Amino acid sequence: MTRPVPVPASPDLAVTGIEYAPAPESTDIVHLRDRYDLWIDGRWVAPADGGRMTTVNPATEEPLAEFAVAGAADVDAAVAAARAAFHDRWAPLAPSERAKYLYRIARILQERSREFAVLETLDGGKPIKESRDVDLPLAAAHLFHHAGWADKLEYAFPGRRPRPLGVVGQVIPWNFPLLMAAWKLAPALATGNTVVLKPAETTPLTALLLAEVFEEAGLPPGVVNIVTGAGETGAALVAHPGVDKVAFTGSTDVGKQIQRTLAGTGRRLTLELGGKAANIVFEDAAIDQAVEGIVNGIYFNQGHVCCAGSRLLVQESVAELVVAKLLRRIQTLRVGDPLDKNTDVGAINSRPQLEKIHELVAAGVAEGATMHQSACPLPERGLFFPPTVFTDVAQSHRVAREEIFGPVLSVLTFRTAEEAVTKANNTSYGLSAGIWTEKGSRILWMADRMKAGVVWANTFNRFDPVSPFGGYKESGFGREGGLHGLEPYLHLEGAW
Amino acid sequence: MVTDRLEVRKTYKLFIGGAFPRSESGRTYPVESADGRFLAHACLASRKDARDAVAAARKAQEGWVGRTAYNRAQILYRVAEMLEGRAAQFREELAVGGSPDPAAEVAAAVDRWVWYAGWADKFGQVLGTHNPVAGPFFTFSVPEPSGVAAVVCPDDAPLLALVSRVAPAIVAGNTVVVVASERWPLVSMTLAEVLATSDLPGGVVNLLTGRRAELAVPLAAHREVDVLDLTGVDDPAVRTEAERAAADHVTRVRRAEGPAAAWFDPSSQSPYAIADFCEIKTVWHPMGL
Amino acid sequence: MSSSTSGVVARLAEQLDPIRITPVDAVALEERAAALAGRSVKRQTKAALLDLAIRCMDLTTLEGADTPGKVRAMCAKAMRPDPSDPTAPPVAAVCVYPELVATAVEALGDSGVGIASVAGAFPAGLSSLDVRVRDIAWAVEQGATEIDIVLNRSAFLSGEFGRAFDEIVASKAACGTAHLKVILETGELGGYDAVRRASMLAMAAGADFVKTSTGKVGVNATLPTALCMAEAIRDFEDQTGRIVGLKVAGGIRTAKQSWQYLVVVYETLGARWLTPDLFRLGASSLLNDVLMQRRKLATGAYQRLDDFTID
Repeated sequence: MTRPVPVPASPDLAVTGIEYAPAPESTDIVHLRDRYDLWIDGRWVAPADGGRMTTVNPATEEPLAEFAVAGAADVDAAVAAARAAFHDRWAPLAPSERAKYLYRIARILQERSREFAVLETLDGGKPIKESRDVDLPLAAAHLFHHAGWADKLEYAFPGRRPRPLGVVGQVIPWNFPLLMAAWKLAPALATGNTVVLKPAETTPLTALLLAEVFEEAGLPPGVVNIVTGAGETGAALVAHPGVDKVAFTGSTDVGKQIQRTLAGTGRRLTLELGGKAANIVFEDAAIDQAVEGIVNGIYFNQGHVCCAGSRLLVQESVAELVVAKLLRRIQTLRVGDPLDKNTDVGAINSRPQLEKIHELVAAGVAEGATMHQSACPLPERGLFFPPTVFTDVAQSHRVAREEIFGPVLSVLTFRTAEEAVTKANNTSYGLSAGIWTEKGSRILWMADRMKAGVVWANTFNRFDPVSPFGGYKESGFGREGGLHGLEPYLHLEGAW
Repeated sequence: MVTDRLEVRKTYKLFIGGAFPRSESGRTYPVESADGRFLAHACLASRKDARDAVAAARKAQEGWVGRTAYNRAQILYRVAEMLEGRAAQFREELAVGGSPDPAAEVAAAVDRWVWYAGWADKFGQVLGTHNPVAGPFFTFSVPEPSGVAAVVCPDDAPLLALVSRVAPAIVAGNTVVVVASERWPLVSMTLAEVLATSDLPGGVVNLLTGRRAELAVPLAAHREVDVLDLTGVDDPAVRTEAERAAADHVTRVRRAEGPAAAWFDPSSQSPYAIADFCEIKTVWHPMGL
Repeated sequence: MSSSTSGVVARLAEQLDPIRITPVDAVALEERAAALAGRSVKRQTKAALLDLAIRCMDLTTLEGADTPGKVRAMCAKAMRPDPSDPTAPPVAAVCVYPELVATAVEALGDSGVGIASVAGAFPAGLSSLDVRVRDIAWAVEQGATEIDIVLNRSAFLSGEFGRAFDEIVASKAACGTAHLKVILETGELGGYDAVRRASMLAMAAGADFVKTSTGKVGVNATLPTALCMAEAIRDFEDQTGRIVGLKVAGGIRTAKQSWQYLVVVYETLGARWLTPDLFRLGASSLLNDVLMQRRKLATGAYQRLDDFTID
């Protein structure tokens, strides 16, 4: 009989657990320039007054590149280029040809997606897992989907003759820099408009890299123009009389300013603003998946998500259970190097944003809510914040009312569905809502009553180019995505 | 001895919450015919009247949207029936007001009510979508009423223009506060009598007469107003001020597209006019075992 | 915090009657499983995980054509999986039909490798309870240290949960000191809700392990199913304080699959479950792939299957 060979004891994993490798995505694929100019009329143009800013990697706070700050003269030039392109090149083009440009752009974006994903993560701090698996695929899909609309618009609006508006000014935020660029550009271009795009000052790089894609696609000059800079550049763009329509994604405060700026001008406007979404968990929910949904709802992209499920409303009968499971779960979240494939929560986008999170969290503690934080280790440098949960939160606390835009969840309880509806809608926002219950009729009853543009039932933070996205109340107006997202970029003429 | 019988004149009041109150301000303004004859004193509604009207509209909204679409269709059709029955009175009032073709305007207004009544259970099928997303989810988008709409009407085609903006708003389940034509308010108050005697619940349509310049801005600034239709505001300064006020709480501002004189054109009626008073809500649900 | 959290959950659970079974959302469950599958494991940990996979393995042969010769060969492999590498640990157990238990007992001697046997009219389990209980008792008498039985799906799927439960209780009694693993045959249950319910039922009835599959039907172990069962095990501990093991079986052929399962177990149940006492991989062809990866990790070169003994 064979005798077993004595073996040395292998490491006792029952004690140590599984360690994940630092699995950093290589940054070799990205070729950063030292400085970026403005992209106007198909050319790189230095800013007229020479203004420059620096964008940093929030995970290290090291500078990545310099970029131009567009002044009024540069915005003027960009709008003029867009106007000329609209008249001379883009509007006269057969819609089927517009479609083909967009298909090309979508394809090139797919081909270069890893490069874009790494750059997005470097510039913005989001985990590579998300930029690679969410932002990039969705951005390409958005362009691909809208490409197909370009020559089918008359079927989207029966009985009307859709006609482009002209020059569109688009101002986008830093939380999904490339994805928001795609959300804005795709419908605008598919409907025959030309664009001046203003990326956020902390995340300009992927939009600028997009200019290379447009060049590779042979997009006619001036159809898209990219002007970088901060708030003043954005203000100059939205106030420009040569802009026929403004599309803005960002904070409610800035959205209101833009709406005021455009008051009385007759120029069109769509706004996609802040949120304070209720994620409502009923006692009959699939609790373990609901916990995953809660985690995804608030910790996805460090909570830098306008539709984040930042208010957990949990039925009192299961509140202790859900919170216990949630607190156990957040211990397993991995916060750290955004380029690491195992990272679940990356870097906070900027120092001011980190300070705002600290301020609101301090307010939560001061107002008497109980704070729970993941004990996960944080990197020694860079801008990070641990996944945080507040319990014992009252509807009147700041952490229950104000958009924190960080990885901070406030937990409130409810007794009945009616109470859940009342609490969920008790906010000036109305972007999204989550409902977790296994009872179909309750889902529909709840969904009907939510004052929110997107209702996720038994899921959260889902996005798709065919699915309209946008808010009620002070979360903005207009929709992005799908058939409904085309209308803001068109005159729908009758037969007059 | 034969004497001409003295006509009993009508006191024109406001229409709020299904009742006909006078303006709380006690103010009126004289309304004259096209040839300068005194016709009546219309109420000069105040911002407090506007507030009361918004409160009435808000109170009625949940019940109105809670009706079935079929029921709303029948109620709107009933309004058209009642309107037709009073066609002669409307023609007369429009003629006094100098309408170029009163008969055509009344006919068009009745037909427009009928047209929009029929949309109640259809606009959702035209404006809603199923969204074939790239994943195991069933996703659909439906139009929902914005809530309380404030509609400021123009002076041209005072009956038809009002009907053209109010009917699409209420057919979707909104309740409305209407600022009637400032120059020709009387016909809108006669319409209120039609609405009051149809099956339309009180508060679904609330009618104010008075100064656009005085009422548009407080309505725009009112946080309970969800959508603002400034089609009738022709003064650029008032329009700008109203739109600025709306911006304070991101209120949607709408306006009928197309030339002002186009109310008679059939293409001025459209499901997209209903869309002006709707929000799109998208619902996701996973599909799995 | 986990101890106090478990305490809260356990106290809560006591108030629930009798055991709370939460529903399962398939799409979210599958997505979570896919996310865990994407974890990238540290190199040193990978080596440890490969060894752990071997130590947690139930090396299995369940063919009608199994002979004493076949089983003896498998036992040799079980004790010394890689003859050229003495550091390769032995597997946890071999898994055979009852009739071959005696052969395995003799072949394994005092190696410490356990002997699991599929008793109780495996794989359908639809003989009389009496026959099944005697089958179990006989396998134990022959020397089986672990008994793998199937849940009575006929009873479970027709709603006779009490009968399915009682049969497990009876089987457990017949096991004596042998460990009882209850195979749910998840591929036949029709959905994750049923998997979760069956897991709770089997654990409440006394199972020491819940096991995914027999390997005899079209759909065997999957990562989401394992996750679903792990969540049930976690809930069961929260509610009763009793700790139950998980065995995944059927269709697991690659080293990568094996550490994906280990990651699911680790992230759901914690490090405590990373031991053969609480986690098993039932497989026949998996072992050689693990050995190949093990040697590849040691040498840096990709390996050839022919260099590893077939049994």
